[in-house]
Amino acid sequence: MHKDNQPLIFELTKEGRVGYNLEALDVPAYDLADLLPTGYVREEKAALPEVAELDIMRHYTALSRRNHGVDSGFYPLGSCTMKYNPKVNETVARYSGFANVHPLQDESTVQGAMELLYDLQTSLMEITGMDEVTLQPAAGAHGEWTALMMIRAFHEANGEGHRNKVIVPDTAHGTNPASATVAGFETVTVQSDENGLVDIEDLRKVVGEDTAALMLTNPNTLGLFEENIIEMTELIHSVGGKVYYDGANLNAVMSKARPGDMGFDCVHLNLHKTFTGPHGGGGPGSGPVGVKADLIPFLPKPVLVKLDDGTYHFDYNRPQAIGRVKPYYGNFGINVRAYTYIRTMGPDGLKAVTEYAVLNANYMMRRLQEYFDLPFDRHCKHEFVLSGRRQKKLGVRTLDIAKRLLDFGYHPPTTYFPLNVEEALMIEPTETESKETLDAFCDAMIQIAKEAEENPEIVQEAPHTTVVSRLDETRAARTPVLRYQPTEA
Amino acid sequence: MKHRYLPMTEQDKQEMLDVIGVSSIDALFEDIPEQVRFKGMYDIKPAKSEAALMKELAQMAAKNKDTAANVSFLGAGVYNHYKPIIVDHVISRSEFYTAYTPYQPEISQGELQAIFEFQTMIAELTGMDLANSSLYDGGTALAEAGMLAAGHTRRKKIIISETVHPEYRDVVRTYAHGQSIEVVVAPQKNGVTDVQALEEMIDDTTAAVMVQYPNFFGQVEDIKTIGEVAHANKALFVVSANPLALGILTPPGKLGADITVGDAQPFGIAESFGGPHCGYFAVTKKLMRKVPGRLVGETIDEEGRRGYVLTLQAREQHIRRDKATSNICSNQALLALAASVAMTALGKEGVREMATQNIVKTRYAKEAFEKAGFEVAYQGAHFNEIVVKAQKDITTINKGLIEKGIIGGFDLGRVDEKLQNHALIAVTEIRTKEEIDAFVAEMGALHA
Repeated sequence: MHKDNQPLIFELTKEGRVGYNLEALDVPAYDLADLLPTGYVREEKAALPEVAELDIMRHYTALSRRNHGVDSGFYPLGSCTMKYNPKVNETVARYSGFANVHPLQDESTVQGAMELLYDLQTSLMEITGMDEVTLQPAAGAHGEWTALMMIRAFHEANGEGHRNKVIVPDTAHGTNPASATVAGFETVTVQSDENGLVDIEDLRKVVGEDTAALMLTNPNTLGLFEENIIEMTELIHSVGGKVYYDGANLNAVMSKARPGDMGFDCVHLNLHKTFTGPHGGGGPGSGPVGVKADLIPFLPKPVLVKLDDGTYHFDYNRPQAIGRVKPYYGNFGINVRAYTYIRTMGPDGLKAVTEYAVLNANYMMRRLQEYFDLPFDRHCKHEFVLSGRRQKKLGVRTLDIAKRLLDFGYHPPTTYFPLNVEEALMIEPTETESKETLDAFCDAMIQIAKEAEENPEIVQEAPHTTVVSRLDETRAARTPVLRYQPTEA
Repeated sequence: MKHRYLPMTEQDKQEMLDVIGVSSIDALFEDIPEQVRFKGMYDIKPAKSEAALMKELAQMAAKNKDTAANVSFLGAGVYNHYKPIIVDHVISRSEFYTAYTPYQPEISQGELQAIFEFQTMIAELTGMDLANSSLYDGGTALAEAGMLAAGHTRRKKIIISETVHPEYRDVVRTYAHGQSIEVVVAPQKNGVTDVQALEEMIDDTTAAVMVQYPNFFGQVEDIKTIGEVAHANKALFVVSANPLALGILTPPGKLGADITVGDAQPFGIAESFGGPHCGYFAVTKKLMRKVPGRLVGETIDEEGRRGYVLTLQAREQHIRRDKATSNICSNQALLALAASVAMTALGKEGVREMATQNIVKTRYAKEAFEKAGFEVAYQGAHFNEIVVKAQKDITTINKGLIEKGIIGGFDLGRVDEKLQNHALIAVTEIRTKEEIDAFVAEMGALHA
């Protein structure tokens, strides 16, 4: 990585430089004072940069060199499915007929876009075992909340609006309880047992006539398949609740087990994880929601349908719909990428994806189990969780291990999650990595484990090779500086 | 099977199975109960080669009438603007687009700094103290503003102007229902918020007053007066603003806004059939710790070098879980980067010049429609949209226009029965005089 400090774009500014050109005005000019009300013409121009084109490119190129992506190196960030982002997806999403269509054009002029979305919906129904899919939610958390709002509407429609509790396991993603709160529910936490699975006895204690839903990811965030899934979904159904599948971990079970067949009533998917929409540095995502038949009336509107004449249509006549969850129809550009991916893989390919994702995770787990504590010793799915408690006793924390991995050119695993494992390191290799890459990473982890014993300072003081060393996060939070302020001349 | 995205060979597989101590990959799935195991193959289309798939999808794309090959006068929240070509070159750098959220700041300084610059540019344009790293889009950003306001004021009513984008209003309503917040609509009069009606509706249970600037009909609202009404009742004043328009309009931060939100799509972001776009969220300093989503802050490293981190994370869902006031996790980082590049390229002078061209060209179109005998419905100040009344149904007219290579205005009859035969027409800086004249002439021919 490039070590020199990169100035802020504002610090590269010089009055009189431009980075744009517009056509000269070809209509009569007006005095803005005649066109806008008094007090509404901006007095001071917004202090945006003034930089010429080459220097803009150099600035952002320099910034890109201070950033690590999947194309830069291995990125085994648990629960995030940092697989290869195919380049063909990027090209297809930029086809003018996809990139340059307006969402409010007449339907007859966007049938190609609607066909793609419809076909994607249909594929996702098959992959999840659901009866209908909406592509409107913008990301995973948005999908969670959308599904919970549908569950709420379902209960209200059945005269059971009193159901106000959503059950989440203690290993759940943080968005699960937050989405439940935003959808107006109270969260009840169910404990994990000594095998890392939902404690069925504890679940029995917390279910009741106030249960609206159980939110579950399977495999769970420890990478373990919830073997008692049928018992759990039947238990929730027996008290009138709905079961929600957090699809963040779908990469583990494609062609192996479908949420719909496990008894789930609804599911969200992260197309930016399993289906290779790139993560973009934090977004955009796409979080479609699939539902079983009895939740279909509550889908957000509009619902994309295929008419008898073979044309596609957005149906707004949905009296029980929860409303709109997003303007227009979702993050279309990401949906195009996911569709391209599904069509590139086909049924055989998606099956192989899951098989290799799981093979890779198990292989790494077995290579590393001697050097780090493995809290749950059984086959994992697409990811596994190690504990750094052995290293902690030597004064080396999981945070230090993560920072030391940066020196080897790796993005570290997810750390300190799930919350029920001390000093957790959550590793998800994905299927797109070669054995050589997995081995090299394992070798680095093993070296760090040895360093923790023999030379802990080198780990504790890491990273040594990055453009900045550890940053003072306390200072950032105590005296927040959230924007550039020019220094007074 | 062999696939270009799957590098494992048979030999690799065998060596790995040996290390794991199982004889087949199937053994790794034995913990899935028999009765839920999926045994067949997905019934989806078979895989296609790269070249064949690209051809098929290019043909699918070609079925759409796009705004590059056709002349578009369609806006209504999503606009066809000049996109500096460097935007796509920057966001195509895979160090940016294949990265995750910058949770490891030492190897994410590029992304973090770019977002810090984005936050600064949005704060500058809106005149607010600070902005976050982006939200999904303008509609959900407005809904998040409503939830923030309800939480902050501990009140349960939102008043939203009828002149706010109808789809944004729908999204606010959906979110509000989740929080048992009442949403009431302040009516419009002459295409702007009826301030007198608003004053009659507002009371001490009102958490927020929401308006759009310029509004859905392209009109410049008197947000100063509306803000005063909100504040007189201790409600927060929320403005949904087109950030390009703020290149020329007095920013909401100078006119009393507590929260300014909107969508940065006009800055270098493709229309892309409605998404992904880029919501922004800007506030006054007193609301800093209640902002939803990620924030990037400046700090120093152990050697005292300047660096950037995600900060004030105690607000966020992964820390607060069920106590979080927003569940947002993903943002629109790549689009925030795109908007930053566009704002940088346009810069201080370009944003103002482009915004001015929008106003002036729209003015030209307005006069051209009036000369051609059309009624222009609202006569207030406008930014880049006007409402034109025709003698016929707009959807029918638009079907005729597309034959001439023109994408017509938005049919307002789709969202308001009173506005049958009214088109919302957007005229941006890329429309030429010749295109505007031809459009007016074709509209004239088709509606007669």
